[in-house]
Amino acid sequence: MTALAPTTAPRREAMTGTVTSPSGRVGKALVNVMAVLALGYLFLPIFVIVLFSFNEPKGKFNAVWQQFTLENWLHPFSDTALTDALILSIEIAVLASLVATVLGTFLAIALVRYRFRGGSGVNFFLVLPLTTPEIVLGASLLTLFLEPHLVLANQQFTLGFTTILLAHIMFCVSYVAMTVKARIRGFDWTLEDAAMDLGASPSRTFFKVTLPLIMPGILAAFLLSFALSVDDFIITYFVSGPSTTTFPVRIFGQSRTATPPQINVLATMILVVSVSVMFVATWFGQRRQRRMGIS
Amino acid sequence: MLRLARGLAQGIPSRIGVRVTKSLAVALHPGIERAKVPRSRGIRGRTAEVSEIQPEGGRPLPPLEGARPEADAVISIDHVTKRFGAFVAVDDAHFDIARGEFFSMLGPSGCGKTTTLRMIAGFEQPSTGEIRLDGKDMSRVPPYKRQVNTVFQQYALFPHMNVWDNVAFGLRATKVPKPEISKRVNDLLGVVRLAGFAERRPGQLSGGQQQRVALARALVNYPRALLLDEPLGALDLKLRQAMQLELKRIQRELDITFIFVTHDQEEALTMSDRIAVMNEGRVEQIGTPEQIYHEPASVFVAGFIGMANLLPARVDGRDGELAIARVAGDHFVRVEAAPGVADGAEATLMVRPERAHLRVDEPPAGLIGIPTDVVDLVFQGPVVRFELRIADGTTLVAHVGPEDDLPLLRPGDRVWMCWEPGAGRLLAPSGHSAPMPGVDNTKELSTIVRSHQ
Repeated sequence: MTALAPTTAPRREAMTGTVTSPSGRVGKALVNVMAVLALGYLFLPIFVIVLFSFNEPKGKFNAVWQQFTLENWLHPFSDTALTDALILSIEIAVLASLVATVLGTFLAIALVRYRFRGGSGVNFFLVLPLTTPEIVLGASLLTLFLEPHLVLANQQFTLGFTTILLAHIMFCVSYVAMTVKARIRGFDWTLEDAAMDLGASPSRTFFKVTLPLIMPGILAAFLLSFALSVDDFIITYFVSGPSTTTFPVRIFGQSRTATPPQINVLATMILVVSVSVMFVATWFGQRRQRRMGIS
Repeated sequence: MLRLARGLAQGIPSRIGVRVTKSLAVALHPGIERAKVPRSRGIRGRTAEVSEIQPEGGRPLPPLEGARPEADAVISIDHVTKRFGAFVAVDDAHFDIARGEFFSMLGPSGCGKTTTLRMIAGFEQPSTGEIRLDGKDMSRVPPYKRQVNTVFQQYALFPHMNVWDNVAFGLRATKVPKPEISKRVNDLLGVVRLAGFAERRPGQLSGGQQQRVALARALVNYPRALLLDEPLGALDLKLRQAMQLELKRIQRELDITFIFVTHDQEEALTMSDRIAVMNEGRVEQIGTPEQIYHEPASVFVAGFIGMANLLPARVDGRDGELAIARVAGDHFVRVEAAPGVADGAEATLMVRPERAHLRVDEPPAGLIGIPTDVVDLVFQGPVVRFELRIADGTTLVAHVGPEDDLPLLRPGDRVWMCWEPGAGRLLAPSGHSAPMPGVDNTKELSTIVRSHQ
């Protein structure tokens, strides 16, 4: 909220110069009220999460404000089952995002760079996982993993780490491909011609010219994919099996019997980390643009 | 490696400027005793030689092996055709480009000049025919294994690298040792006068500076030929003219073959040793700028290069080496004929506006003239531009200088447009231009353009 103040203040000054009629002034006030309401709507839930990480609940549910304490923050990992679930979630997110980013990036480059038979078909199948209801995806993935004769050559999966990872890679590939595709649409492919013209082999061309230039898009896709994977509940719930639980699945399972404040503490940590990553990414992006001389 | 070793042995001095470029030239062309292609340009009036080869029917001419010494041609385009589906982008191009030559491919957009260049660079493969570099077939060799380098239309500089790294890219890619890299990059930055800009990024340079970085980057590998794809198109007029001279200077100093693609006829005329004029995939004519301008092989060439008055004519017979043509109703003129102009056939008479004179009275026997009406006249400084109309309605233009002592003329006045017998030229109708050799002064190269229906 504080970050907004310096950007809105000069704009308000500029507007007072032009808006003179009483109705205009009313409209301006209305806009401000609406903005505050909208931001409140967006930030209130997040604020509650952070606030209740400092609560000392009576009983098992952290739902009513009792009193302020730092106890939860001093022992954030005291709920070992929850901590294990978080670690598993991060492991899966890192692996799934890495694989999905590599696959999705190549897919995106192929779709943007080359015209080939079936290109539009690939495009369609990329969008499909994004538009299919997750509950349907989850249910059908479960069928796929448990039915040995269907596609996977009599291979039956035990539900657990592998099945969650495969499922996450599947939907993350789509998001990565769409994100990278959008980012490289304006890429100047004659740069690749120029590199090869100067004697660089196709692989050298890719690693020295293409990859460094599309890296921001790939990083953005990786972060998005990481966030989606950590966050995913519905599909994971279907394919995780009885003994393997990710962070969201664990919270859901627990929520009927108890919600320890450690949930809020860990959630706040995730929030802080992702906001920091976002700031760093923005800063790097701006520095890079400055250095390339693009204003 | 041999070239490299010799270049090192010559000891490229680290001072920049002409001495560096001379030694660069030595490194590029170790055969110092080799015969240079003389750059003296053709004289006018070579019709007799031109008309020697005139087979009919557009059959491919047998290659004149004796006239095409393989040793001296850096690049041979051997009956190259390129099709994209049903579209023929390049139709049986067949010519050689000599060592140290400034060779231009000129034509309107879509004429196949850029496709030809991309085939030489290796980005496209010919559908049929061969492209030879130093006598070796390169048609299926990928671009990164060809010793030619390209200056791209929009420069295609790597935006994430500074100027120095951009120029060094080709040397690093080809695994040149480090001390050699820094020596060559610094030399080249000196040649293009950007020594103080090594740390800048392309985005921080002006268009002209980017252009010179692109040039240095393409030259750093010491290519056998430098390919330039409309490199001046993105620059404003003044910068373009400066860069024309700059390119010419660099080409002279480094003594590298330049293959230059442009749609700007003035640019091609200014810079080239020879020009190939292309239209709809065909090479219409190859020759020196003088030959192209004064002895166009077809109506297209005449119309595309400079201004030309084109009068419909009919060939009525021959008078020695000259043809007798009927123009503007029933006026008979004696005129030089381009190859492929058949007796009794339709043809086009070309007269350049600056070679036309105006007379109030009927011209004397030495001059050729047709009666016209003045439609409009505009004072343009050195010349007065006259717009004239002949009996059949064709509009002509004459640029008349102060030496034509004329009374005050007004629109509607009757004047004779006249020209010296050598100033006019009879051309075959477009699309039926006959085979014609582009006559090289030294006879080292023979270039054959054959007709296509």
